[in-house]
Amino acid sequence: MKKTLGLAALAAILACGGANAQQVNVKIGVLTDMSSLYADIGGPGSVAAAKMAIADFTKDHPNVKVELINGDHQNKPDIGSQIANQWFDVDKVDLIIDTPNSGVALAVSQVASQKNKIFIVSGAAASDLTGPKCNANTIHWTYDTWMLANGTGTAIVKTGGDTWFFLTSDYAFGHALERDTMAAVEKAGGKVVGKVRHPLNTNDFSSFLLQAQSSKAKVIGLANAGGDTINSIKQAAEFGIVKGGQSLAGLLVFASDVAALGLPTAQGLVLTETWYWDMNDVNRAWTKRWQQERQGKFPTMIHAGVYAGITHYLKAAVALKGNVSDGKAVVAQMKSMPTDDPLFGKGTIRADGRKVHPAYLFEVKKPEESKYPGDFYKVRATIPADEAFRPLKEGNCPLVTG
Amino acid sequence: MAHDFVLAVPGHERNRLVMFEIFGIPSQALFGQLLIGLINGSFYALLSLGLAVIFGMLNIINFSHGAQYMMGAFAAYLILQHSGLGYWPALIIAPILVGITGIIIERLFLQWLYKLDHLYGLLLTFGLALIFEGVARNYFGSAGLPYTVPESLQGGRNLGFMFLPNYRAWVIVASLGVCFGTWFVIERTRLGAYLRAATENPTLVRAFGINVPRMITLTYGFGVALAAFAGVMAAPIYNVSPQMGSELIIVVFAVVVIGGMGSILGAIITGFGLGVIEGLTKVFFPEASNTVIFVIMAIVLLVRPAGLFGRRG
Repeated sequence: MKKTLGLAALAAILACGGANAQQVNVKIGVLTDMSSLYADIGGPGSVAAAKMAIADFTKDHPNVKVELINGDHQNKPDIGSQIANQWFDVDKVDLIIDTPNSGVALAVSQVASQKNKIFIVSGAAASDLTGPKCNANTIHWTYDTWMLANGTGTAIVKTGGDTWFFLTSDYAFGHALERDTMAAVEKAGGKVVGKVRHPLNTNDFSSFLLQAQSSKAKVIGLANAGGDTINSIKQAAEFGIVKGGQSLAGLLVFASDVAALGLPTAQGLVLTETWYWDMNDVNRAWTKRWQQERQGKFPTMIHAGVYAGITHYLKAAVALKGNVSDGKAVVAQMKSMPTDDPLFGKGTIRADGRKVHPAYLFEVKKPEESKYPGDFYKVRATIPADEAFRPLKEGNCPLVTG
Repeated sequence: MAHDFVLAVPGHERNRLVMFEIFGIPSQALFGQLLIGLINGSFYALLSLGLAVIFGMLNIINFSHGAQYMMGAFAAYLILQHSGLGYWPALIIAPILVGITGIIIERLFLQWLYKLDHLYGLLLTFGLALIFEGVARNYFGSAGLPYTVPESLQGGRNLGFMFLPNYRAWVIVASLGVCFGTWFVIERTRLGAYLRAATENPTLVRAFGINVPRMITLTYGFGVALAAFAGVMAAPIYNVSPQMGSELIIVVFAVVVIGGMGSILGAIITGFGLGVIEGLTKVFFPEASNTVIFVIMAIVLLVRPAGLFGRRG
């Protein structure tokens, strides 16, 4: 009798719960490079951005409770998969976000698909994530190699740089970037005269730059990122590459790289990004808040992507009333809702998982044009959202072609 | 393959040097790569020299060598930021500062480990390296800091087969000088003789009235200063980042093992030699360029376990 009364009371209490807003409990993991060459473009800055997204959202939605953890994949796909597996299986993580390093991202994307959880890629670039390797559990935010190739590559060919030599990082990201840029260059009427692949995290590029010099190509395309790009550009200045008449195309350059190079060395570099801290007042205000946790640093578009991605995920979680265990259903929900966040504005997520938003062609300022710390870029052009990313039909994504 | 090539060609004729090909690579490109390899080899030689001195004299496997190289580069950056002193003063000041931290480490930690197995020294210095790297990354981030080539060494000259930056030429000259100077002091002077004797039989040498512990402390400090010197030399051309040492130190250890752990001359010659071999690999098979040294190390260890110039025991 007592038991029945107790159970009835419990049932009554639970039934009452439905009258208020549904309690939503989720756990998010930021999987990033904390200690190696991508730690400044992702790393602790991504964790800071995640915290801000959670704080902002839960302020307006007190029924949402989010637990945040982070992990270091050390740029190794096996470590990345192992952490992802553990997080999904043991630690009950619902969403993994960030992951600079395309090799790791591709591996984690497979894990998310197998476990039917969610993976939002902000840090990695390979366009294969929404191409042949796409799946219904992965969303690719921020940027990808096709967008970079189309932005920077096409712009440079149009200004006369029609012969290219590639310096490529020898792993998934470098190969993807080289492939997409080659296609963009050839489409715009240019020619690729040579390429060389270097191991990830190379210190010394003199040998490769020498090969690039003797190729006599007008443009040396740097299909690498982070410390590798910084070293390539620094040493190219040493070897008089630009003075000798060749120009450098930094296919993936972040504000943190420009800070590391210094404006005297980096000036004139043309690059494509989808978010810059100094573009408008909203970005500047956000950056000031972010800098409370990351003093002296400037946020990159990857950090902005983490903030925006988590915001959109939490909106979808609320719309689904907290039923987030089916990854495919949540991703479908995210694709059905248009996105709207302070950093990227209004946008959509396509069927192949690609988040689309405008891209911007920037040029690095000369030292005398820079008025305050972090004043790195001037905007050269805006590429509207429907042109910035690879057309849906051209991606060979099984979700689209069926 | 064309067999006619002209060596002693007057300056204005150099542009018309006839090219011949070796294994499909034009000779011009090859000579350029060999020179680049020599320049990289000089960094390897400088760093492996420090390691060889420390191991040969102290029997400590100094795994924090890469972090001390990084500290030298960071010291150069900080000296520039806080006192405005540029590259040339930093070449002297930074090694001294980092050398002093080395002496502190030796007095605080290492002196208790000499009688123990090598492994303890390795573990301690490895832990210290992680600490230094973590602290640097915490304060400065991982992207790196800007440091430019000094005015007097900017630019370069066109040698015909390649463009040689002045700074790189300076790197070869400076490291040859420092390497030869160190070898000379250790192998040919009285001080070096005391040092070598103290390593073999410290008790006996002490009995002669020589302050052995102080010599050992200063030797460790000198080895660390050598690493920091290499760091200052690297700052203008390599990215000054907290992980710059850990990327390099594994290769340098392979160099020292190939050359023979205790041999000073072995470290120098192997450093330059392996730089050249790595440079050639970058031409013929670039993807393997960061593994070729380890392949060679495996082969050498199979054939001559003590290393090419090493002494047994």
